[in-house]
Amino acid sequence: MVYSYYPGCTLKNTAKELDECGRISAEALGFTLEEITDWQCCGGQYTSGKDEIVTKLSSVRALDDAKKSEQDLVTLCSACYNVIKQTNNAMIEDSDMQMKVNNYLKLDEPYKGETSVYHFLEVLRDKVGFDKVKEAVKAPLKGKKVGAYYGCLLLRPGKVLQFDDPENPKIMEDFIKALGGTPVIYNMRNECCGGYTILEDTDAAGRNTSKILLNAEDMGADFLITACPLCQYNLMQNSLSEKTPIYYFTELLAHALGLREKECFK
Amino acid sequence: MQKIGVFVCHCGTNISATVDVKKVAETLGKEPGVVYSTDYQFMCSSSGQNLVIDKIKELGLTGVVICSCSPRMHEKTFRKAADKAGLNSFLLEMANIREQDAWVHKNREEATLKAVALARAAVAKVHLNTPLTPGSSDVNKRALVIGGGIAGMQAALDIADAGFKVDIVEREATIGGTMTQIDKTFPTLDCASCILTPKMVDCEQHENISLVTKSEVDTIEGYVGNFTVKIKHKAKYVDPDKCTGCGLCIQKCPSKKVPDPFNLNLAPHTAINITFPQAVPLVATIDADNCLMIQKGKCGLCATVCPADAINYEDKDSIEEKKYGAIIVSTGFKPISLHNFDEYAYDNSPNVVTSLEYERLMSATGPGKGTVLRPSDGKHPKTIVFQQCVGSRDTSGRGKTYCSGICCMYTAKHAMLTREKYPDTDVYVFYTDVRSPGKGFDEFYRRAVEKYHVHYIKGAIGKVVPMSNGNLQIQASDLLMNEQLHIEADLLVLAAAMEPDKSAKPLAQKLTASMDNDDWFTESHPKLRPVESPTAGVFLAGACQGPKDIPQTVAQAGAAASKAIGLLIKDKLQGNPCVAHSDENMCNGCSQCANVCPYGAITYEEKDFRMPDRTTLVRRVASVNPAVCQGCGACTVVCPSGAMDLFGFSNKQILAEVDALCL
Ligand SMILES: Cc1cc2nc3c(=O)[nH]c(=O)nc-3n(C[C@H](O)[C@H](O)[C@H](O)COP(=O)(O)OP(=O)(O)OC[C@H]3O[C@@H](n4cnc5c(N)ncnc54)[C@H](O)[C@@H]3O)c2cc1C
Repeated sequence: MVYSYYPGCTLKNTAKELDECGRISAEALGFTLEEITDWQCCGGQYTSGKDEIVTKLSSVRALDDAKKSEQDLVTLCSACYNVIKQTNNAMIEDSDMQMKVNNYLKLDEPYKGETSVYHFLEVLRDKVGFDKVKEAVKAPLKGKKVGAYYGCLLLRPGKVLQFDDPENPKIMEDFIKALGGTPVIYNMRNECCGGYTILEDTDAAGRNTSKILLNAEDMGADFLITACPLCQYNLMQNSLSEKTPIYYFTELLAHALGLREKECFK
Repeated sequence: MQKIGVFVCHCGTNISATVDVKKVAETLGKEPGVVYSTDYQFMCSSSGQNLVIDKIKELGLTGVVICSCSPRMHEKTFRKAADKAGLNSFLLEMANIREQDAWVHKNREEATLKAVALARAAVAKVHLNTPLTPGSSDVNKRALVIGGGIAGMQAALDIADAGFKVDIVEREATIGGTMTQIDKTFPTLDCASCILTPKMVDCEQHENISLVTKSEVDTIEGYVGNFTVKIKHKAKYVDPDKCTGCGLCIQKCPSKKVPDPFNLNLAPHTAINITFPQAVPLVATIDADNCLMIQKGKCGLCATVCPADAINYEDKDSIEEKKYGAIIVSTGFKPISLHNFDEYAYDNSPNVVTSLEYERLMSATGPGKGTVLRPSDGKHPKTIVFQQCVGSRDTSGRGKTYCSGICCMYTAKHAMLTREKYPDTDVYVFYTDVRSPGKGFDEFYRRAVEKYHVHYIKGAIGKVVPMSNGNLQIQASDLLMNEQLHIEADLLVLAAAMEPDKSAKPLAQKLTASMDNDDWFTESHPKLRPVESPTAGVFLAGACQGPKDIPQTVAQAGAAASKAIGLLIKDKLQGNPCVAHSDENMCNGCSQCANVCPYGAITYEEKDFRMPDRTTLVRRVASVNPAVCQGCGACTVVCPSGAMDLFGFSNKQILAEVDALCL
């Protein structure tokens, strides 16, 4: 199976691990991430600007590209997933938006939300199946207590993303189980990391991340995994004494599949 | 030749203030077939009725039209008067010139014209009316009560005391319902068992009551006075006639980790069990899914130790058919599942419980034997937080839009009982509004705040974070102070919205009784017929009709019983002659009528028809059971061939009325 892959800007810079481990794991699990040519920023910074047309354009270009290749679109970054899926939904439900965007883009054929958008984790759950992932594991994470950190962008708005139960998600826990680890459920796992407030009010973001990390630690997590580069950055900033390190979920996957060994997961 | 009399009522000034009644009478007097027309101040008074009687006799009237109020108000009155005068009562019609005219119009001229039109329509109909005679059917003098909670028990006791036989069909092994799980009851704080168990025993000992436990209604056929019901008895694996309830089997049963629904899975019980010590009937039953002998053929200890030889591993479900005259539905309610409310971490911490679970934690027959202990570690909780309205008054689509009615009061009860028993415990209650309109209810709630110093906070919990030591970090908003609160609690109690029992919907279909959008049984009239279902002979008691506390439940059960007694005491029931009938020669057997009939009154039969060429043709034709038909007319509307018609409201009569109105 081949998917149109939208990496996003961070995955080409600070979050290279998230990208590379995702691609090689995909191959090992029997699917290919084919990078969309000429993709541009998803518009990640402007998600809350609902009535803004220009910020939607680059997402729709990527979506239209996938449509032309008759492939589903897959992302690894939570923020890109959130923006592209919400944009796609707006292109289906908001006829005004649809008209304006198409007027700007002047595509050969107007785009009306035909492409399906998936996060990599959804591909593992719904297309590959966690049981198949489990079969492919070569280095199971025996005895590792892993906390999943979801943040907000993967889960909300729940009605649009339909990714998992936003209050009590379990997809990453099932992922951890498939890799042979023990998931640690801590209820701060879907709370906000502070997002971009870290630029403006570092303390406010710090208070949030401390609460998250303390809760994960208290419930016994050895380390955390996430799908979001911004969450990872914010949590690392506050990871006092590196007691609870935080990794990308694809790093864990690539390790368990025997593709890229990492000391800390042994 | 018809001789029709028209009587126009003033209704004091109710009608005559807006309608020129003299003119109506005068105009109608000129209608063909009308031989007498007059107006009168109060037609429903005895002198008004006598006027009708006298004129029928004097002039030999063949039809009567009364222009007055709605037929719902006085049709019976005037039809009785016609009967007295020797005129078949179905030859009398009413024209509603009050509710449908005088009360809704201001312009006298227009209202008078409308009154004339309505009266003309009635006259046109009377021209085509035929005498009708209601049939009658016998009444089976036995009542069925479905659901043996406090509602079903109270209704059964009242009916039984009036001298009629009653069967209580209860799904569980014991009667008693939700009240068996409750510790103490608001507003008087008497113990639930102390007021409930004597009633349970009364039911068991009453010579007119039979308890049919571990059973459900399978099918229901028939009609008011004459229901045929198939009851499904589920296998108990213990002969209830032999079992003495000694409990030896329970002591010896090796399957000790079986989930106990009575204790809401807060503690396990054994595979063979008695629900609780005061259960009625006091007999053991086996949970087959968890019995080693039934599942694996190994064990058989209970049969070995049973001194009464009551165990029967081969027991099977069975069906019994019985006849009843009246049915009372009392299937009660249940708290909703909290699956959609994960912000409270119900699934992620054993120390987050529902209010019903809290009743079990407090109860002397519960897992703590009357001492409130935290489920996670058995410690005594020091800080307990209550959240009201979990899923009630919820317009987000996750819960129910209605107020569940009882939660404010039982939460005040829980808070008060906790503070009374454990004065060292801090108790918080998050509320939306406190609703306490019952007798003594507001005083009760205020006592919780003022005397027991429960912290009542208007607001809600937004996030619950369970910690490794079992404590809960609770983040909440105080809306009056406009503050964020952070509370570290030992226990969180959620007042879950109430919903009808899951079995209510399929049961309503079997009964052809109606339900509202939330699956509560609906009453025939929300004010004037609150305990009757729209289906004749089916009555409603207790929380199956909407959330209720015990006083409301018991009052409604008594009312339902008195309605049932009113039915059972009759030997014969007069039917409604205005029922549907099908012209076999026109019926093409399409089944559309049967599909729309809400009462299941239409069946099909294969019939022989002699053809003009002397051959015989077998055709499938509709036939209406007049005892079941309620005369709603839905079938006559869908019938494509015009074969279906309604006595008293025939297609011809209706068209004549329409013609009179429009032409
Ligand atoms: C947590 C909590 C605390 C409460 N505290 C108080 C209080 O302090 N004071 C007060 O006044 N009220 C209190 N109530 C309310 C009280 O429980 C109800 O008023 C009462 O139980 C209603 O009685 P019922 O018979 O209508 O329904 P239920 O008690 O629910 O009984 C229904 C019965 O029908 C049976 N049944 C259901 N479906 C079928 C079927 N298809 N076939 C056969 N049987 C069936 C059930 O097994 C059950 O036995 C409380 C309720 C809750 C949830």
